Amino acid sequence: MARRTAIAALLFAAPAFVMYATFVLVPLGMSVFYSLQRWDGIGKMRFVGLNNYLIVLTDADLLQVIGNAFLLVLWFTLIPVLMGLAVAAAIREHLGGPFGTATRTILFLPQVIPLVAAGIAWSWMFANSGVVNQALRGVGLESWARGWLGDFTFALPAVGIIGAWVLLGLCTMLLVTGITKIDPSLYEAARLDGAGPWDEFIYITLPGLRQELGVCVTVTVIAALASFDIVYIATGGGPGIQTTVPGLEIYRLAFAHRQVGLASALAIFLMVLVLVCVLPIQWLTRVRR
Amino acid sequence: MMQKSLNLVGLAALAAAALTGTAIAAPTCGTDPVVMNAYFETGFPLPTRLAEEFTKQFPNVTFDIKEDQFANMMENSPRILSEDNAPDLIRLPSMSDLVANELLANLDGYFTEFGWDKFPAGQLVQLRVEDGGRPRGTGSLWAMGLNYSMTGVFYNKELAAQLGMTEPPKTLAELDALLAKAKEAGVQPIMQWNKGTGGLAFPLQNLMGAYGPPEPVNDWIFQKDGATINTPEAVEAATHLENWVKAGYFPTDANAIEYFQMMSRFMGGEGLVMFNGDWESGNFDSNAAGKFGFFLMPSEEAGGRHASMSAPLTFGIGAKAANKDCAAFFLDWVATNEQARKINVEVGGSNPGGPPDLPIPAVTPGSVTEATLAAGNVLATENGAMDFIANATGAIFAAGWTPELQKLVGGVQTGPGMIEAVQAEYEKQLSR
Repeated sequence: MARRTAIAALLFAAPAFVMYATFVLVPLGMSVFYSLQRWDGIGKMRFVGLNNYLIVLTDADLLQVIGNAFLLVLWFTLIPVLMGLAVAAAIREHLGGPFGTATRTILFLPQVIPLVAAGIAWSWMFANSGVVNQALRGVGLESWARGWLGDFTFALPAVGIIGAWVLLGLCTMLLVTGITKIDPSLYEAARLDGAGPWDEFIYITLPGLRQELGVCVTVTVIAALASFDIVYIATGGGPGIQTTVPGLEIYRLAFAHRQVGLASALAIFLMVLVLVCVLPIQWLTRVRR
Repeated sequence: MMQKSLNLVGLAALAAAALTGTAIAAPTCGTDPVVMNAYFETGFPLPTRLAEEFTKQFPNVTFDIKEDQFANMMENSPRILSEDNAPDLIRLPSMSDLVANELLANLDGYFTEFGWDKFPAGQLVQLRVEDGGRPRGTGSLWAMGLNYSMTGVFYNKELAAQLGMTEPPKTLAELDALLAKAKEAGVQPIMQWNKGTGGLAFPLQNLMGAYGPPEPVNDWIFQKDGATINTPEAVEAATHLENWVKAGYFPTDANAIEYFQMMSRFMGGEGLVMFNGDWESGNFDSNAAGKFGFFLMPSEEAGGRHASMSAPLTFGIGAKAANKDCAAFFLDWVATNEQARKINVEVGGSNPGGPPDLPIPAVTPGSVTEATLAAGNVLATENGAMDFIANATGAIFAAGWTPELQKLVGGVQTGPGMIEAVQAEYEKQLSR
């Protein structure tokens, strides 16, 4: 009987496993294989061992590209999570009313807009004649007006703001939903003990949102490290390589430079990097029983 | 009877071929129905217009046209050419990799059969590649140009008149003086894009042509042994460009301006000059007739040799294509047929190429197209054509020129530093 159950279980899992193997495991294996070759995508491959990985770890430009992704983490993760927390804590008591619904809807809207559309809209806003510069000129800060996405100092923060705007909705929704699960009696008890709003936030809200925070941080860190769409649309990686991120560089190496091996090595390295960043977050935010 | 009339048709074709000077052994599209598999670039109507005219003249030939953006073509062309039903006619972004992988048909046979030796050799030199993909500029012929475009300086006639310009500058110093005058008068001296791809490559290469001969630049682009872009002339040109940046001649947001934004801002009256190619001539003539002019980049000294970027609109034939002969016949027809040449100039705005004794179709006097065609003649006479510095390797534009030119405009790179960095990137790419 147990044997039959096991076979049935395997049969039920088989379709999903076949799909997973076809679209994830096999391509992953192929990428690992390509990463050990020198190949232009058409002609003959030549085995080069770990040479491509050596280039990834020593090429100054590629290291800057990887560094850019970590700078984006500050914008894509820190701002949405902190602002999401602030919003969730602020509207906690009004969640049921029309104010709460309106706030949640407005903050979630960026999440339903395609990233490409967001990138285009923001690049108009950041353009020389865009609303950002119009506003600056309007308040007499003419000297601050510039082509933000083409500026060496401000291009990366500008891309970061676009990412933060897109991800804020997701974080807010997750945290607002999480906050409703916290038992209201905890807040009452704390207030009876004389706790202020700040104490409530630190000792009740924050620990109560541990799992949701884990999801938020994980998703946004991956979004930053593996970003592509926003950067491709808003800056194309420029000026210089100031906003080039690994995702964009992998695409360019493979399809424009025709260095499929090096592109695959960078892709595998990026995957490892994402795991190294995300696994500790998962471990830290796990609810221990 | 049927046989006889076919013979007559054949004789007439032979006579016609003899009259037009086409070698009699040259292949044709025959009389059986032919469907040409074509892969063209989106946004450029010329090839499609030529295909329509071809079908009108040769009704047995029709075209199955697929279109794609230039960037996508760069990525997809090797894959598409390696398939069984490879395109008969394909717009080629670059050739070296395709030749190295034996994906293109060798056109040497057609060169002899169609008598393309009568075409100016300088026009075809960029289409020659040695087996194995490098160097370019010598070896077999792998593609033909639908036309031959060139870059130079477009100017706003009204702003130029305000600044007292009565005729185009004849020396680099005169151009400098004009730009300085514009800056002083509060007119944006140069409108140039530099986002996405480095549009400052156009003024840079024009400056290289002003300071030195085109041959060393071509050697570098064609990957000849030992060629370098780090020459005294190129460094002078880059330093001159850096001085233009420092003088504030480019828009402060140049790194945030895309090509199409540059076009709309320049056509909207922002900018005295713009460095661009004659593919925009038709656009200026139909959308802003009489408002803009064109001149070749002046040389450093009066009466000096002109040199500028000039490149064919490259089309090749797939090695696995089904209708190679008909495709070659089409490429010959484009350059030699009177109606095709007329469409080429009207729609494409560039020199249609072909034998130099064939007349260039008439254009509206005083138009931008007239000015660019005349400039093209000057360049041909002085043998001043250079391939585009962005074509030296498949990735030198994306990984070399674009980031370095963006740094130059951003004030974080010097002219000589940029040339050094691009040469280092070039060597890195050739070594990988």
